[in-house]
Amino acid sequence: MSNTEFDQALQTFFMESRELLEAMEESLLGLESSPDDDDAINAIFRAAHTIKGSGGLFGLDGIVSFTHVVENVLDRVRGGHVQVNGELIALLLSCRDHIGMLVEQIAADPAARPDKELESVGNMLLEQLKSYQTGVTHPVCSTAPASSCTEILPQTGNTVESDMWHISLRFGQDVLRNGMDPLAFIRYLDNMGKIVHILTLPDAMPFSLEMDPESCYLGFEIDFQGDGVDKAAIEEVFEFVREDCSIRILPPHSRIEEYTQLINELPENNIALGELLVNCGSLTRKELEQALHLQETLRSGSRAEETSKLGNILVEQGVVQPELIDAALGKQKTAKENKSQESKLIRIQADKLDQLINLVGEMVIAGAATSLIALRTQDAALHEATSTLSRLVEEIRDSALQLRMVQIGETFSRFNRVVRDVSREIGKDIGLNILGAETELDKSVVEKIGDPLMHLVRNSMDHGIETAEIRLQRGKPAKGTLRLNAYHESGSIVVEVGDDGGGLNRARIFAKALEKGLVTANQVLSDQEVYGLIFEAGFSTAEAVTNLSGRGVGMDVVRRNIEALRGTVQIDSIEGAGTTVKIRLPLTLAIIDGFLMGVGSSSYVVPLDMVMECIELNEAERQETRDSHYINLRGTILPFIRLRDQFRERGKPARCENIVVVQYAGLRAGLVVDELMGEFQTVIKPLGKLFANLKGIGGSTILGSGEVALILDVPTLIQRAIALESRVLNC
Amino acid sequence: MTISIATSNGVCHVNVTGEMTIYHAAEIKAELLPCLELGAELEINLSEVSEMDTAGFQLLLLTKRAALAANKSMRLVAHSPATLEVLDLLNMASYFGDPVMMPRTVH
Repeated sequence: MSNTEFDQALQTFFMESRELLEAMEESLLGLESSPDDDDAINAIFRAAHTIKGSGGLFGLDGIVSFTHVVENVLDRVRGGHVQVNGELIALLLSCRDHIGMLVEQIAADPAARPDKELESVGNMLLEQLKSYQTGVTHPVCSTAPASSCTEILPQTGNTVESDMWHISLRFGQDVLRNGMDPLAFIRYLDNMGKIVHILTLPDAMPFSLEMDPESCYLGFEIDFQGDGVDKAAIEEVFEFVREDCSIRILPPHSRIEEYTQLINELPENNIALGELLVNCGSLTRKELEQALHLQETLRSGSRAEETSKLGNILVEQGVVQPELIDAALGKQKTAKENKSQESKLIRIQADKLDQLINLVGEMVIAGAATSLIALRTQDAALHEATSTLSRLVEEIRDSALQLRMVQIGETFSRFNRVVRDVSREIGKDIGLNILGAETELDKSVVEKIGDPLMHLVRNSMDHGIETAEIRLQRGKPAKGTLRLNAYHESGSIVVEVGDDGGGLNRARIFAKALEKGLVTANQVLSDQEVYGLIFEAGFSTAEAVTNLSGRGVGMDVVRRNIEALRGTVQIDSIEGAGTTVKIRLPLTLAIIDGFLMGVGSSSYVVPLDMVMECIELNEAERQETRDSHYINLRGTILPFIRLRDQFRERGKPARCENIVVVQYAGLRAGLVVDELMGEFQTVIKPLGKLFANLKGIGGSTILGSGEVALILDVPTLIQRAIALESRVLNC
Repeated sequence: MTISIATSNGVCHVNVTGEMTIYHAAEIKAELLPCLELGAELEINLSEVSEMDTAGFQLLLLTKRAALAANKSMRLVAHSPATLEVLDLLNMASYFGDPVMMPRTVH
């Protein structure tokens, strides 16, 4: 393998390890509620085993030796020798974290040696694992856990004598139905070099009745000699059946442990298989004994081995051989479907996707320019062509944006662990309830929402939810509940963090704000405004500062992070019954459907999803509303803002005006503009740093004509309109 | 593909003509296996087999295994070049343990 290929493979390993560790954590947490879940135990075992196996391929001895011990314990759990309990799960979770740290350390610097701290953590964990390992013949490991495990593996140089390639083939059942004939491949191989020895293995073939004559059950062990043939060339022979066949190729003079691994991985009985390798000349008798011995020391017991082998092949190679799973692990159908779904996914580098979105954005702008020119020429055919084009551009835009949409569930499920750990730390019994996990939002938003959510979750657990005694006194169940919820609401996504705790104390917050000089004593504030004060920097009403929260830093960071995403935070709280923090975020940060409006010579855009309706302001109403800032809209008061005044637009007033009614977070307001210009695909361009503090403007966009239009920040404008109206009313 | 079956003196003689391939695998299996019940010995004449693929080979293997399990003897006789090539390629002639006659057309 060339260097870059190796690096790429290594990256894949890191990525897979992270995924496996995540799956492992999920299963471990699942075990807490149902300790007898065999599927979960198997999943945990497979994750550890796969990480160990792949780690071994890259020679990451640190990971291998640690994971190996974990795997042994898991194997005993699986065999029913060790009972699952809270203590073990906690230990395994710590082990999972440790493996994660080892992986991340190597990901950061492949040449790094494990640092002292990490090593001592590892040793401590291994020491704890030891008590679950009793009965395992592991003399070397039990004396000095961390370092000596690697020494069991023979050093390089301990190679077999055979100068032939060894190829193991296990064809999948469907290979014949897919129109391939394994014989043809073997013939071809024979043409390429010389098949010195071949063993045909019918072991997988069932007896008479169950045998499907159109399925293939054969496996082959081949010793092959070819001048100048390399591994790639051999792999190429089987290129067409790669999906239907598991292939293992060992080069001449492979190390004995590679044969050990081969024997481990093949579905047939170990001893018979070893004999077979001797028979076909791959191994000498002595080498076989060495290999089997090696296997004995590496494995805890052969019985468990029987059941694990098939799963391993499956996971390690990512190839699903249904017959093998059915036979050996009795895997359920759903798991199989999952597996096949997984294979339909493609991994893409995030920046490639960003590049695509950028290009689509440019295309939208260019498309708008084209449409504009077409409109001017008044050429009907051209006009028609451009309108088709813009429809297509719109579809491309939607599907490109769709690519970036991910479900929020993954982010949510990370909090299972957080809630579990934190509730132990602070000695409260708290359960997590996740809703709306399938709600989709832009990947870049998902990435940035994690930290604010973490703050809010910890805050709720620490301050929101009361201790069990107080809860019982208040007539609530002793177990507290934390709720994460997500749903869509008019062009935004709403993420809620709720608890059934004590709620916010309005009076205390107000008093504290007064003390800090944030409000004056006679100020009239709505509940929400008061609650919003807790987002001010340095604001904390907590009596006790814990290491989790209460220092007054955090909530202001939460609000800043969310505002950076063009989102807003809102708190609903009922004293004694709980608090819900609602985070509203725009669905996407790149391209939106906008509504274009003109005031004087300028153009403004609001997100189309927020536009409720447009009304013409007739002459009588204009006179009437000259000094007031609200109209009577079908019996309700609608506050409004004149954009002309708001943005100090010069030039003489237009002959007619319109009100665009916008809605956000349940509030409505009107924007008075001169001209309604209709729907417009808006590519959001951020404003420069200079304009970061500008109120009421969310960004800019480029029109087809090349002019710049400003995107209005509707939430701020609505607030402003309401404030203006109440000020007028108060006077 | 046709299969003819004749029983004499407790020996069941089976003659397979044509292709022993995936296209006829189901048929061959359905006809071949019950032949084991027809006598103490089973002799399969392969001289007319024009082509054999993995599926065809598997069926011979299946029958042989079934015969061994039922403690009956099964022989392959008069291998055609096509069948011989497969048995050779997979190194399975010795498994079936039959004396292989070189047909006159070869060599």
